[in-house]
Amino acid sequence: MDTTAQTDHDPALTGEGADKAQALVYPRIDCKDVSVFYSGKQAVFDVSLPVYDRSVTALIGPSGCGKSTFLRCLNRMNDTIDGAKVTGEIFMDGENINSPEVDPVLLRSRVGMVFQKPNPFPKSIYDNIAYGPRIHGLVEDRQELDAIVEKSLRRAGLWQEVKDRLAQPGTSLSGGQQQRLCIARAIAVRPEVILMDEPCSSLDPIATARIEELIDELRKRYCIVIVTHSMQQAARVSQRTAFFHLGHLVEMGDTDQIFTSPRERRTEDYITGRFG
Amino acid sequence: MVQQLGQLPMGWLLTALLVFVVTTGFSVGRIRAERYLVSGGHKFHSRGNYHGYYVAMWGLLPTLLIAAVYVLFSQTAVFGLLNSELPEGFHTLSKAELQSYLEAVAGAAKTGGYAGADRIFATVTSRFLELSGSLKAATLAAMSLSAIGGIAYARRKVAPDFRARLKVERGAEAFLFLCAAIAIATTVGIVASLLYESLRFFAQVPVTDFLFGTRWNAQTSAEFGALPLFFGTFMIALIAMFVAAPIGLFAAIYLSEYASVRTRRYMKPLLEMLAGIPTVVYGFFALLVIAPGVRAAALGINSLLINIGVTSEPFLAAQPTSALAAGLVMGVMVIPFVSSLSDDVINAVPQTLRDAAFAMGATKSETIKQIILPAALPGIVASMLLAVSRAIGETMIVVMAAGQRARISFDPSTDLTTITVQIVALLTGETQFDSPKTLSAFALGLVLFLVTLGFNLIALRVVQRYREKYE
Amino acid sequence: MNNPPETSLQSEKALKRLRRRRAADTRFRMYGLAALGFALFSLVFLISAIAWKASGAVTYHVVKTDIVLTPERIAPDGNASPEEITRNIEGFYTLVRDDLFARFPNAGDSLPVRQDFSALVDRLAVLPLARRVARHPSLIGQSVTVQVPVSDDVDLFLKRSSPRSIPFRIGAGAQISPGQGGGMVLTQPDLDSVRATLTALGEHDGVPSVFVTSQGAVARLSDLGDEAASFELLAGDVADFGGTPLKGLIVTVPESRRTISDLQIAWALALRSEGVIRRVPHTSLLTRTDSTYPELAGSLAAIVGSLLTMLVTGMVAIPMGIFAAIFLEEFAPKNRLTQLIEVNINNLAAVPSIVFGLLGATLLLGTFGLPRSAPLVGGLVLALLILPVVIIAARAALRAVPPSIRSGALAVGASRMQAVFHHVLPLAFPGMLTGAILGMARALGETAPLLLIGMVAFVAEVPSSTTDEATALPVLIYSWASNAERAWEPMTAAVIVILLALLVIMNVIVVMLRRKFERRW
Repeated sequence: MDTTAQTDHDPALTGEGADKAQALVYPRIDCKDVSVFYSGKQAVFDVSLPVYDRSVTALIGPSGCGKSTFLRCLNRMNDTIDGAKVTGEIFMDGENINSPEVDPVLLRSRVGMVFQKPNPFPKSIYDNIAYGPRIHGLVEDRQELDAIVEKSLRRAGLWQEVKDRLAQPGTSLSGGQQQRLCIARAIAVRPEVILMDEPCSSLDPIATARIEELIDELRKRYCIVIVTHSMQQAARVSQRTAFFHLGHLVEMGDTDQIFTSPRERRTEDYITGRFG
Repeated sequence: MVQQLGQLPMGWLLTALLVFVVTTGFSVGRIRAERYLVSGGHKFHSRGNYHGYYVAMWGLLPTLLIAAVYVLFSQTAVFGLLNSELPEGFHTLSKAELQSYLEAVAGAAKTGGYAGADRIFATVTSRFLELSGSLKAATLAAMSLSAIGGIAYARRKVAPDFRARLKVERGAEAFLFLCAAIAIATTVGIVASLLYESLRFFAQVPVTDFLFGTRWNAQTSAEFGALPLFFGTFMIALIAMFVAAPIGLFAAIYLSEYASVRTRRYMKPLLEMLAGIPTVVYGFFALLVIAPGVRAAALGINSLLINIGVTSEPFLAAQPTSALAAGLVMGVMVIPFVSSLSDDVINAVPQTLRDAAFAMGATKSETIKQIILPAALPGIVASMLLAVSRAIGETMIVVMAAGQRARISFDPSTDLTTITVQIVALLTGETQFDSPKTLSAFALGLVLFLVTLGFNLIALRVVQRYREKYE
Repeated sequence: MNNPPETSLQSEKALKRLRRRRAADTRFRMYGLAALGFALFSLVFLISAIAWKASGAVTYHVVKTDIVLTPERIAPDGNASPEEITRNIEGFYTLVRDDLFARFPNAGDSLPVRQDFSALVDRLAVLPLARRVARHPSLIGQSVTVQVPVSDDVDLFLKRSSPRSIPFRIGAGAQISPGQGGGMVLTQPDLDSVRATLTALGEHDGVPSVFVTSQGAVARLSDLGDEAASFELLAGDVADFGGTPLKGLIVTVPESRRTISDLQIAWALALRSEGVIRRVPHTSLLTRTDSTYPELAGSLAAIVGSLLTMLVTGMVAIPMGIFAAIFLEEFAPKNRLTQLIEVNINNLAAVPSIVFGLLGATLLLGTFGLPRSAPLVGGLVLALLILPVVIIAARAALRAVPPSIRSGALAVGASRMQAVFHHVLPLAFPGMLTGAILGMARALGETAPLLLIGMVAFVAEVPSSTTDEATALPVLIYSWASNAERAWEPMTAAVIVILLALLVIMNVIVVMLRRKFERRW
């Protein structure tokens, strides 16, 4: 496999309007035989999955199928769970991020994550965004930080709504705004990849629509992996879809193909609503 | 004859009588109810047992009341009567002397060993026996009569359509309520007794002298400036918190954030054992092990300072008991008060916040310091307040290891005294209930109660707010 | 996969910053570990310091000898009534002392020597013997084996705890010859170690005493020369020094600065080597009551006092607490009064215990005139003290019973009262019981309130009812710890061990109850 992946450290700054077809050529993240065990019980079985840059990859499947667990491998969030063990290799820019030499702290600064429930820190809106840049030492002075906060909030489509109340606590925002704040917070560290774990599941339809628009917008700059239980959402926002069942990766491919002509019987059953 | 009645073992008699009344009442009610059943055809609202309970309740209630009055007031009543009959010479005795004389009489009456004593004592004792004998007889008679009355009244009520179960349940509920109301009664009792005695004290010593005076010498002369006691209490609590706050907080952080489930399961109870050890044990430990250590260290520092020529006089007091010894040991004692509650509040911080910080690439310590601790801060502050309150009210450690001298000194190796030490010192040994010396203990108690109550109320309030936020 | 590109995962600046952050991380973790370690170390240090102290009180020294209970001594006036016999402690004491003193014919019979000798055993030590004879007057005139504790100074010396003593050996080459004035001379002894020790100790208000013993004889060093050392005979004969190897003992504290004299030391050593003084288990710590003499004191009265107090506490606090909890959890309407009760309970749980003592002193002793120093009052005060603990635990236990149980009972037509007492209470009972035991454990260790209601009095009689004068274990610890003599320290520590053992037992019961009734709904 050709992995002379592009070495664009800050896709946010370059690659405006990148050509979709070209982006699909190089997998940004390449997973090989990834398995996850929780206290000895296997939850994910030998998943091999390439994730392409400048596109949205959706992971779908019935609940408990291991899609979230797999997602958490991509920034090694499973490290924080007692008794969790991940085997297999996950290459990012040619480097196995699952190897013990890689520090998860640095990895996570490159792979951001957005969670199911909006979880802003109990700090001001400004400090929520500024937290990442501060701990990673991305800025030299206050002006630079202000610039990052503004840019991140703009990218997350939240700037107009909050620019006059940056000092208010993040928890004072509505649910949809909070989730966009969390996205802005993830963007602020200038990640290359953004993982989203059912980001809309606790939001109302209008807020969901805004987030979906945002995802479509962010796709131009980032590599996005989204876990969703809604097939419509997967169909709406993703270019590629992977279907998980009972910890196994059943099928993956272009979203159009998966939803119109799935190769596997189980995929078809799930998509047509026979189980799940 | 009446004298022999005075020897009656009332404790057993009362218990026996109450048990007898309950069983009789129960069987009377039940038998009556069953007789209706046998006589045929009646459909009862309540089962026979409930009629039994009902009658027993009516028998018990008045009897119990009389018994309670007897237990609480018989001694006072007999003493009062006896007092009025005592010969002239006794009126010169002080109240306390009289009280102890009467107690000696009561003690002799109980054992019957007053035969060889002096004549007046023997006469008084036999008169005491007569009085208490008649009181006992009267009480038992009153109890029996009221029991009969109660049972007879209730028995007439037993009828097929009588709702005995509802009545019994209402009675039981009232009883349960009374049990719960004991909590209020206790608080009222504490406040009332402390206030009453304190007011008597402040009638003799001005409040301002007490609160702001700097000389405390209650034992020997009448100097009641409690400021040195407040200072000593504060100083020792401060030393204790210097130990307990960091140790307790970091132990809580380690247990809740770093330790494995196994470690936590064993370490938490071990840590809480520190709170289960009786404080008198800590006091002994402080007196025997820590205080000599503190003294030796202070002496060492003294000679070092003199040797290198910083001072020519000993710099530290280096007393055999010291504020530092008491404070250190008290600090160890309150560690679990800090760690337990801090651990709870840290655990109550939602996992999603930790996930968020980790996903941003924060290290564990950054997550704890910048996200978890600020979020848990109110609860941590509350735990510290509770610990301070515990340290202020702690008695045995300071009684044994802090000292008796009231003074204001910032030298930790000197002996300081505290509010609680003085309360114990003033109220043990022979006490005269009217002297300002004794009464001052209650004024100190009032201050102690109010201060700890303030801390507790604030802490409970903060914790409650915090819980509401995350639940 | 050749030439992996240089990424920000490895950039020099990022790695440097990361190392710093990682170091801070490790440091922070170490702080936590150190805090936990300190807390545990304190616990272990406390327990082991007390256990080590208490180990000194596990055994003690007694005099065991046969004496003839001569009627002239025991009933000098011919009055052998039990009261008279018990009162005649002096007679029994003289019998025991003279029996011991007869073993030292060389000691002389001057008054100071007799007084010195009398201090080996305290007078009151024969009281149990006197009581035994009073119960069985037929023993008079018979020979009986008596066992009386030696005085605390002798006991501490023989245990080598105070004054400190260092044993040494004397080489076999030493020649023994009688010296002048009934003394003894050792020629060519190897006493270098003694010399070194003496030099190291120096002289503070006097010279340390050096003894040599052999069988029943004891001699004290009077002059230490290069070739010979002369000794002064304190007990036994020079002849006794022949044959068996000599044992030596340096008592580091000079005679003028200790409570036990050299003569007493000599007698004690001689009696010990003859087997008259022997070390036995210190059972009297559990079977005797308080005394002003440490070797005669025991904790029985305090143990019984504590049990009586706990009896009152338990009988009041446990049912009251459980009933109060049932009311608050199952019946209480949501109104102001209930809220007030709840706030009250939470606050009472944190009121300093000494305040409850003040309440007891004014209300129970003052207003109601209940007897001072009685377990009844102590028990009531402690009951009020632990009531909040019992209520809070009982409520938690009730809350742990799922509502489905109540609904089930109500659905089959039970009244609310029946649902609670027939169905909920049995399920919640183990939980309530554990809370109650924990509350009792707290009460058992509580001291301050008992001091204020006078339970600190010296109690020499085992209390038989809840209105008798009594004391309690923690109070006994406090009063013993306040005594000056060194001998009280191990005794106090031993009582602490008894108290802690009781607490451990209560907690083990709690753990076992929890294990047994642990239930998941």
